[in-house]
Amino acid sequence: MEILLNLIEKNGLVFGFLVIGLIVLISDVISKKILKGKIPGSAIAIFLGLVLGYLGGVFTGGEKGLSDIQIFKGVGFLGGPMFRDFAIVATAMGASLYLVKRAGLLGMVSLFLGILLFFFIGVIIAFAWGYRDAASLCTIGAGACTYIVGPVTGAAVGASSEVIALSIATGVVKTIVVTIFTPIIAKRIHLNSPESAMAYGGLMGTSSGVAAGLAATDPKLVPYGAVTATFYTGLGCLLCPSIFFIVLKIILS
Amino acid sequence: MNIYGVALLALAYLLGQWLGEALGILIGIDANVGGVGFAMIILMLLKEWFVKNSLLTYEMESGMDFWNKLYIPVVIAMAASLNVKSAVSAGTLAIAAGSIPVVVCFFVFPMIIKNFSPKNDGNTAQPD
Repeated sequence: MEILLNLIEKNGLVFGFLVIGLIVLISDVISKKILKGKIPGSAIAIFLGLVLGYLGGVFTGGEKGLSDIQIFKGVGFLGGPMFRDFAIVATAMGASLYLVKRAGLLGMVSLFLGILLFFFIGVIIAFAWGYRDAASLCTIGAGACTYIVGPVTGAAVGASSEVIALSIATGVVKTIVVTIFTPIIAKRIHLNSPESAMAYGGLMGTSSGVAAGLAATDPKLVPYGAVTATFYTGLGCLLCPSIFFIVLKIILS
Repeated sequence: MNIYGVALLALAYLLGQWLGEALGILIGIDANVGGVGFAMIILMLLKEWFVKNSLLTYEMESGMDFWNKLYIPVVIAMAASLNVKSAVSAGTLAIAAGSIPVVVCFFVFPMIIKNFSPKNDGNTAQPD
């Protein structure tokens, strides 16, 4: 047994492939046999991933979900930023440059509107919860954009570490909510074409959440959503600690 | 050969990320600005060029397609390594600020689509 554990630790990534393969297998069986195909297997698999991430956090008290457990380290590597971004870029293979160009304006509008909406609604909610200083409000509003914009903004405007942690948690909640609700709501909001996926990616922004949500909705839409969503975090990091922070200060004074 | 496809993908990825990092430094923020998006556009341009010059072989394509297909497993692995516990237990503010704007955007989304969707001729739409 110890030999096996040692072997797994040494070959973390390979074990990660096996673990994810099993999760997909279980999800497929649940999707086909129990739910009669009503919810796609990938949606169930992503949800199972979140549940495992939760359990990992409960058992270890760490910050990286399941991958904080020694033998599951490889899962964290497989799901880390390098493989995630590499695989997202690979999805562009199936996308049409013509469609991306044609929906350019739509993508841009939704990108700016998305950042604006998430930031200011986040600020209003933080205000309702009793925060009154511009730095904290700005950081939590930025966290409502993505879990990267939050800490980058917090560091820039000098927010407390407690508020920065809160902004990261806010961003992770957003990612989870977008992941789970995208496939559920997709039909009702007519999220079914490359153009609408580009708008959706820009509006929601969280590239992990958008990509995961679209993957569970229709994998063909993933590249279109991802191509706009990836600009969201950068644009958010640009706008939140600068223009938005100044606007916020003016409103508060 | 498959590796040509994977290498092409790697080239597009690195060039895009480099552009994203450079743009981040240029505008003075500590973040990669759209690196993945640039990489995707570079890959699409490269692919178009390869197709035009009939250099894209089936094997090359399948080298890239493998990573394309691995995308959902990677996302599952990513979901499993998120800090779900702290997000769930961070208190009501994080949950409210993380979910209410998403719900608002579900209502805003159809309006954007209606007003800014491109029509078939390639021009931007007139809201009517």
